[in-house]
Amino acid sequence: MALTPADNQLHPATLPDQETVIKRTRTESMLLNVGPQHPAMHGIVRIITELDGEEVVNADVEIGYLHRAFEKMAEQGGYLQVIPYTDRLNYVSPLINNIGYCLAVEKLFGLETTERAKYIRVIMSEISRVTDHLTCVGASAMELGAFTAFLYFIKAREYLYELIESVTGARLTISYARVGGVKGDLPPGFRESCLGAIEKTRKEIKEVDALLTKNRIFVDRLKNVGCISKEDALAYAITGPFLRSTGVDYDVRRANPYLVYDRFDFEIPVGEHGDNFDRYLCRMEEMEQSFRIIEQAFEQIPEGPVLLDTDGTVMPGEAMVDEAKMGRIENIRNVEAVIDPTLDGTTKVQYRNVETVNKRASLPPKEDTYGNIEGLMNHFKMVMMGHGIRPPKGEAYFPVEGANGELGFYIVSDGTDKPYRVRVRPPCFTIVAALPLILKGDSLADVVPTFGSVNMIGGELDR
Amino acid sequence: MEMTEKATGGYLTSRFNDMIGWARKYSIFQYPFVTACCGMEYMSTACSHYDVDRFGAGLPRFSPRQSDVLFVVGTISHKMAPVLKQIYDQMADPKWVVAFGVCTCTGGFYDNYATVQGIDTVIPVDVYIPGCPPRPENVLDGLIKLQEKIQGQKQEV
Amino acid sequence: MPNLHEQLKAKLPQGVLEIHAQHGDETALIRREAWIDAALFIREDPAFHMNVLMDLTAVDGRDLKWKPRFEVVAHFYSTEHNQRLRLKVAVEEKDAVVPTLTNLWPSANWFEREVWDMFGIRFDGHPDLRRLLMYTEFKGHPLRKDYLWNKRQPLIGPKN
Repeated sequence: MALTPADNQLHPATLPDQETVIKRTRTESMLLNVGPQHPAMHGIVRIITELDGEEVVNADVEIGYLHRAFEKMAEQGGYLQVIPYTDRLNYVSPLINNIGYCLAVEKLFGLETTERAKYIRVIMSEISRVTDHLTCVGASAMELGAFTAFLYFIKAREYLYELIESVTGARLTISYARVGGVKGDLPPGFRESCLGAIEKTRKEIKEVDALLTKNRIFVDRLKNVGCISKEDALAYAITGPFLRSTGVDYDVRRANPYLVYDRFDFEIPVGEHGDNFDRYLCRMEEMEQSFRIIEQAFEQIPEGPVLLDTDGTVMPGEAMVDEAKMGRIENIRNVEAVIDPTLDGTTKVQYRNVETVNKRASLPPKEDTYGNIEGLMNHFKMVMMGHGIRPPKGEAYFPVEGANGELGFYIVSDGTDKPYRVRVRPPCFTIVAALPLILKGDSLADVVPTFGSVNMIGGELDR
Repeated sequence: MEMTEKATGGYLTSRFNDMIGWARKYSIFQYPFVTACCGMEYMSTACSHYDVDRFGAGLPRFSPRQSDVLFVVGTISHKMAPVLKQIYDQMADPKWVVAFGVCTCTGGFYDNYATVQGIDTVIPVDVYIPGCPPRPENVLDGLIKLQEKIQGQKQEV
Repeated sequence: MPNLHEQLKAKLPQGVLEIHAQHGDETALIRREAWIDAALFIREDPAFHMNVLMDLTAVDGRDLKWKPRFEVVAHFYSTEHNQRLRLKVAVEEKDAVVPTLTNLWPSANWFEREVWDMFGIRFDGHPDLRRLLMYTEFKGHPLRKDYLWNKRQPLIGPKN
């Protein structure tokens, strides 16, 4: 008894044809959670992607895993005590945050710092910007598998960290800027060591450029991936290299020049397509432009004591204290105190170059603090709780060009020594907000290079 | 806090114990749970200048199942704490935890509504490396202390 | 073009309550009912063309005895004219609702979510108003002046 096709359910004649199968098949998209603990997410962002096969149909970004309440802590202490918190905002380029905050407070005061302080701030900002771009490009190259590029760039970053350490005393969280200037002058020999470090870093950048820019795999993974159009970028308030890669040449250093940026001749690299590869090229080129700015700054920086108004006499510190106690202030008014070099204070000569002499804003030089009672009272009023620098009542917004874009500080002051409200406008916040738009249509493997080119810094995103 | 017993016992078992300890301390597979600024110093320590590879700890395994030391690098907020606990639970024994940076040791200067005041309130910690951020030399010192601890432990096989 | 705030006051006399230009930042305080009209105006008018909403945040004026208590502050920028403008709107505590700007500038989406999270000010018409930085189990709005800075609500672990 032969089996007829009707008995055998697996006989080819009874199976539906391919078209029917495809029509009947129902697909569901899959929800894949990338993060919050994921090496390529820099540890703290959760992207919930809805996948149709490998293609990202929809994405939702959840942040806040590093929220450290910067804005709340800033209201608890004095204005100068906010500066260590600002270091930890964008922790790859901390000097830019410090300087941005101090510029905002100085705007409230209506202060201008000395020329030398402005040049020092520019030099340190640009060094910080280079460390940021080195870390960003290095990390995103590592996530694509180019581990060598990461090692080379971290090696180059070490040269810059040594420079920063010689100036500020710390490698990463430096708290260098003060309201009215910077903490201390550049050490002797800084110009040579800085230019030497720049040469070495330039060599590293050239090596990595040779490794990556024409590398078929790297280019294929980054080109035409993560595209965003000019209009979308502006609508989402994206700034920085992300915006410049789409073709808009908005750079705060050109649009609202602050410090002495209007005296330098530098170019702003602008891309075309708005994809990851353009952002990579923008960042590489921006590092070169930062070096140009530093070199020009070293040529133009005013040298030596500019505002020194002593008559050249020196006096030992103890004698100065005795004179002051006995009320003979005129004898010590324009005299320089010589104190033990172990006391951090042999800086009055340099101090006048880098701090504005404004009693309400900047700390007095240490010779005055230890040497005479006016200096001591001035220092006390600036530092102790309940006393401290008091900007006049009001509000001010100051935008600075961070490594990621426009970093703005909006400070509301109520006339007391504590800031009433400190708001940071984080550049990468708006970029991460636009991520769902950027990721739509790309495949899952493209999430990694796109996210790497966003340069999300958690301290800044979540504050 | 994890209680680790000092190695005791007869001659052969303690030699065996030392050997296992030696093998374990020089092949550390780290899971870098990097969140914040300390991550930059972690990168510096791991890379060529302050090489951590010479201590045998150079290969980060980005999966908790494949690693044995959990480096908690950077501030842990209350939103992240359950995630940290889950990662810690997913690691297989023997495992150690290094609290890298003062935010993980005690909360740092972030004494506020959002930060965990020390991860030892959530998971047991073996070595604390203070610093904000700790210099790479500091990190290497902490790593050496961890290695001494691993060597001196009673090794469960 | 200078004096944008004065031009705005001239064009929308009922909407603009007061203007100032402290430290060079042109600012205008807008009535809540005219918030969307003012925003639309500065986006479309050729003298303004504010195409970028740079920042949107809020300030809690409880300790300074502000009446109304909150102030929502928005910073705008025009790439065409390279001009900045700040608009503020005052919000009562009992009726803390402001119309959303998300339909005009998509960047407002996350900024407004953060203001809701930190201050508790609702945005009428926002597509997806939920917490951004804090976790959903968190109760309260941290940046308000009456929220204590170290009042922790841990998900796991002790409440120290």
